[in-house]
Amino acid sequence: MKLRAIIVDDEELARQILREYLDKTGDVEIVAECANGFEAVKAIGEHRPDLLFLDIQMPKLDGFEVLELIEPPVAVIFVTAYDQYALKAFDAAAVDYLLKPFSAGRLAKAVERARVLLSDPHPPALQASELAAAARAPGQTLERVVVKDGTKVHIIPIAKLDYVEAQDDYIALHSEKKSYLKQQTISSIEAQLDPARFARIHRSYIVNLERIARIEPYTKDSRVAVLQDGAQLPVSRSGYARLKELLGENV
Amino acid sequence: MHPIFRNTARLGAYLAAWTFLAILLAALIRVPGDLSWGQALSVAVPLCLFYAFACLTPWYLCRVFPLGTSGVARLVMNHLGAAILACALWIGLARLLAWATDIGAALNPAVPQLVVAGFLLYLMSVALHYALLAVEASRESALQARDAELRALKSQINPHFLFNCLNSISALTSSDPARAREMCVRLSDFLRSTLGLGERASIAWREELQLARTYLEVEQIRFGSRLQVEMQVDDECAECQVPPLVLQPLIENAIKHGIATMVDGGTVRLEGHIEDGHLAVRVENSFDPDAPSPRRNGLGLRNVRNRLETRFGDAAHLHVSAQDNRFSAEMVFPCHRTDK
Repeated sequence: MKLRAIIVDDEELARQILREYLDKTGDVEIVAECANGFEAVKAIGEHRPDLLFLDIQMPKLDGFEVLELIEPPVAVIFVTAYDQYALKAFDAAAVDYLLKPFSAGRLAKAVERARVLLSDPHPPALQASELAAAARAPGQTLERVVVKDGTKVHIIPIAKLDYVEAQDDYIALHSEKKSYLKQQTISSIEAQLDPARFARIHRSYIVNLERIARIEPYTKDSRVAVLQDGAQLPVSRSGYARLKELLGENV
Repeated sequence: MHPIFRNTARLGAYLAAWTFLAILLAALIRVPGDLSWGQALSVAVPLCLFYAFACLTPWYLCRVFPLGTSGVARLVMNHLGAAILACALWIGLARLLAWATDIGAALNPAVPQLVVAGFLLYLMSVALHYALLAVEASRESALQARDAELRALKSQINPHFLFNCLNSISALTSSDPARAREMCVRLSDFLRSTLGLGERASIAWREELQLARTYLEVEQIRFGSRLQVEMQVDDECAECQVPPLVLQPLIENAIKHGIATMVDGGTVRLEGHIEDGHLAVRVENSFDPDAPSPRRNGLGLRNVRNRLETRFGDAAHLHVSAQDNRFSAEMVFPCHRTDK
C-alpha cells in the first residue's frame, strides 16, 4: 500500500529534497505540498493524508499549531533543523523526527516507523496540545490560541481571551463576545496559560484576571465572578482561595 | 612591576603625597627633639623618600597572601615581620641622617614618635595595597566578563542557520550542483570571516558590511524569491571602526523574525550613512504583526545594545520600532576612523 503524504515546509529547497528522496523510494505518494501553516490545515482537511512531514518554524501557524487544528489520525514526522526543546517533545510523542540535513536512509527508516504505526488497528492518539506544551521552553507560556472553525482558522491572542469554559471533551474559548470550541481538556490549557494572568476559579472555568470586575457572594459557600462584559462565572471555594492569593485580600 | 610605576602621573602624585607626609613628620619630630624646621626637614624628607619606596614592597607580599584565602595567622605574621623590618630600617636611617647632619643625639627624644609613625605608615600601605588589589581584581573580572560575552556573541552563529543552509546545499546537490557549490563557498566565506573576528576589538565598517552581505547571499539561496535585499550604503563610512558583528545580529533578526514569518517573504533594507561624525545604520524589514513574539525575545538586539553602550557610552544608541508591518532597527554611534 502506498502511503499518502503531505509535505509542509516554508522553504522550497527543503520540500524539494524530501520530494526527491520520497520519489526514489516509490512507496510514498505526495498528495500536497504546503509552504505555510494555513495551507497545511486546509490541505490536510481535503486530502486526509496518512503521513505528514512537518516543519516547525513557519509563517502564520507553526508546526505545533497545525497539529492542534487537524483531526487525527495522521502519522507525523517532524522535519526541523535544530530546536533543543522540540527535540524533547519528539522523543516523547512524535512518530519520528528528521534533523536537517538528513540522509535518504534515515528518511526511509522514519517512513517505515510510520507504516508500522499506521498498521496498528488502535494507534496511540497523538496529543498535539501536550506535544506543544512539552516543546515549550521552561517558563514560556502560550501567547495565542489557535482554533479551527469549519475551514476557517482563528488566532486568539491571549490578551483577548476572556475566559475558558470546559464542555465535555471540548473547551469553549470566550473572546470579544464570541466563543470558539476546541478539542482540548481544560487542565491542559490551564498548564499552558500564564498563571499570573489566568486562574482556574472552578472545575470548569479559567478566567483572565484582568477581566474580573468584582466577586459577589452567591450561596453560603460559593461566589460568582462578574466580568467587565457582565458575564457571571461560578467560583469554587478553592478557586476563591486562589484568587485571593493572586489579587490580594480585597477581592 | 608595581602599578605605581606604570605611568609617570601616578608616580608623581604618589611622591607628592609623601612630600606632604614628610612635612607632617618634620612637624612631629621637631617638638620633642627641639629641632629647627630646617633640621627636622633634613631628616624627614630623605627618610620619607626612602619610605615611599619601602612602602611599595607590600605589593608583592599582598599578592602572595591574598585576603580571604590565606590563613589569618600566617598573614598577620608575615606583614608584622615585614613592618618590623621596615620600621627598623626607617629608624636606622633616621639615626644615620641625624648623625650625618649636626643633629646627632638631639633626635633621640623623637624616636618613639618615629617608631610609631614608621610602623603605622607601613601597615597603612599594606591596607592600601589590599584595596588596590581588590580594585584591580574587580576591573579584571569585569573585563573578562565582557570578553566572554563578546566571544560568546561571536561564536553565536545560529545553529538553525547553519543546519538549514546545509539542508539547502543537500537539496541543491542533485537539482542544481553549481548553485550548491556556490552556497558552500558563500557559507565558508561567512564562517571564515566570523572565526577571524575573535581577536579583534574593532573592524572597518566595510568588513562588517561584507559579512552581512555574504550572510544575506546565503539566506537568499535558502529563501529564494521570498527574500529581497535593498542596500543603500555611503562609501564615506567604509573606514569607520565598528565593534565586530554589530550589524549581523540586526540582519539575522530581520530575516528570522521578519521575512521568515511572511508567506510571501519581503524586503530587508539596509541603509548606512554619516551624520555629523556618527555612523547611522538602519535595518528595515517587513514582518507579520500577528506572529507570536520570538522565543529568545530580543536577545540579539539586547546584545548589540549592550556592546554599543560599553564601547561608546551615551554617544551611541539603538532604537527599534514596529509600525504596521514594518520593523526597523536604527543604530547610531561615533565613527572613529582607523587610528592605528
